[in-house]
Amino acid sequence: MLIAASTDQRRILPGHQIVLGETDRLRLDSGIEFGPFILAYQTYGTLNADKSNAILICHALTGDQYVADDVHPITGKEGWWREIVGPGKIVDTDKYYVICPNVIGGCMGSSGPKDTNPVTGKPWALDFPVVTIADMVRAQAMLIDHIGIDSLFAVIGGSMGGMQVLEWCKSYPDRVFAAAPIATSFRHSAQNIAFHEVGRQAVMADPDWCGGNYLQEGKKPARGLAVARMTAHITYLSEQALHRKFGRKLQNRGAITYSFDHDFQIESYLRHQGKAFVDRFDANSYLYITRAMDYFDLSVEYDGRLAEAFTGSKTRFCVISFSSDWCFTTAESRILAHALNAASCNVSCVEIESDKGHDAFLLDEPDFHMVLSGFITGAAESRGLK
Amino acid sequence: MTDITPATTAVIANTTGSNDRIRVDLQLIAEMVAPASRVLDIGCGDGELLAYLKRTKRVDGRGLELSNEGVRNCVAQGLPVMQGDADRDLKDYPDGAFDYAILSQTLQATQRPRDVLGELLRIGHKAIVSFPNFGHWRARFDLMFRGRMPQNPNLPIMWYETPNIHFCTVRDFVELCEELGVNIERSMVLNEYGSKVSLGSHSILANLFGNQGLFMLRR
Repeated sequence: MLIAASTDQRRILPGHQIVLGETDRLRLDSGIEFGPFILAYQTYGTLNADKSNAILICHALTGDQYVADDVHPITGKEGWWREIVGPGKIVDTDKYYVICPNVIGGCMGSSGPKDTNPVTGKPWALDFPVVTIADMVRAQAMLIDHIGIDSLFAVIGGSMGGMQVLEWCKSYPDRVFAAAPIATSFRHSAQNIAFHEVGRQAVMADPDWCGGNYLQEGKKPARGLAVARMTAHITYLSEQALHRKFGRKLQNRGAITYSFDHDFQIESYLRHQGKAFVDRFDANSYLYITRAMDYFDLSVEYDGRLAEAFTGSKTRFCVISFSSDWCFTTAESRILAHALNAASCNVSCVEIESDKGHDAFLLDEPDFHMVLSGFITGAAESRGLK
Repeated sequence: MTDITPATTAVIANTTGSNDRIRVDLQLIAEMVAPASRVLDIGCGDGELLAYLKRTKRVDGRGLELSNEGVRNCVAQGLPVMQGDADRDLKDYPDGAFDYAILSQTLQATQRPRDVLGELLRIGHKAIVSFPNFGHWRARFDLMFRGRMPQNPNLPIMWYETPNIHFCTVRDFVELCEELGVNIERSMVLNEYGSKVSLGSHSILANLFGNQGLFMLRR
């Protein structure tokens, strides 16, 4: 069966790639029956005999499946959550079987807009169906079925990964023993949608975007995507962190130049972030995945009564937020925790003091690690995992 | 809600000959809790009581704690605890969600003790409440002869800094329960070391010599 043609990049990506939805298609929220499609995923550790030690890690907007690799195949850097995942780490791959899939709509091996549309033989571009967080999770559930796991020991993720965690708990409550939604919310706020729209408009305003058909035209909307990344990156940091790291320090010069060169270190830093991002991320994927986040609101199906999304859930939850995160605030986490309480769920809710902003969940934050470790260890005891 | 009675932490009970040690007043609370029941500990501090109840009575315990540090320490031990405030956050819990709602040494630090008491008995089938007794002879002595607000090892914080804003005596508490139509299932007073004093709890002597009141209530 011909599916979206493997790109050269896909062939060199380490890890697993599985074709799903060949017989039973993936039913998207938009109503489209999609498939077959590819999910690229990475695994670490060994699944135990009764298949009770699997932890699903859901990545954030620009993350991917290489959560704990030594070397990322594209960037050459370490996996994005090596602080947390690995042998002897909090998510101990000597003890747990860790699965981390690239989301559908992504650009690191899973089906996305840069793949070839089997009907036209050209890249999907904007003909790729719009996907939601629930669609991403449905695709992951098909993967988990394929691996043969009934119940995941834990589903863990930060930011957009946390949205997937919550969607898992809502859609498949019996398949999630423990859940850690981190630096996330049950809905995307107006402010976050606004920033995403700025990012998308930056991409679309780049003439090299070519109405989405840049691959066919042999171009790349690098400037637009870089600006999108620069804007987004600011929202991931806090004012204090920016001040501490950069202040008003000048970049390799003794005085301002009376020009629009990158005089300030922060400018240079952002330009670097934008440029590095363009090398590893597909612009259309960025549009699709930001849209998926914008559409996310777990309470909308229940007329705003969020607690009903979790009625009867036996999952144990650990909701973690960071004090200086202004993308996903503690106030949002508390609304979630209160709803979980109202649904009589087993819930912990912790705010970690940090000045590192939203990105704190990716960084070395000892209090955060202590809390997550305690939660996972406690849940493992309850699950009878040795 | 953690550092209201630091002095009593020094006193440790040795329970049933095992090595499982816990503060004496918490021990007395734990004895009131039936095994395998559902417990909400409000103002759970570092989770000492919750952890003990989980270990020794297999309870399904949850906690609510004001201080971030307390919450962190609890969750790091695998205890399900959330950051919150007895005055503000009890309303989210559904009716009868727990067998016991425990409020240990925290009532006097709440904004509206009467409402909090009502919430405890809405959420829990039973409520277990302990509080410092302002009717203790030493408190009376401090006021009457020293003309000073009472200060002692159990209430070490000066009046201008204390989180304790609603003091009452054992007798005041009994009267509030009567007014609210709340049934007192068990009651006792504890000495300054947190041990039970055999004076009953409704007597004048109990109100005079009890350092803390400890009550199990039912609606």
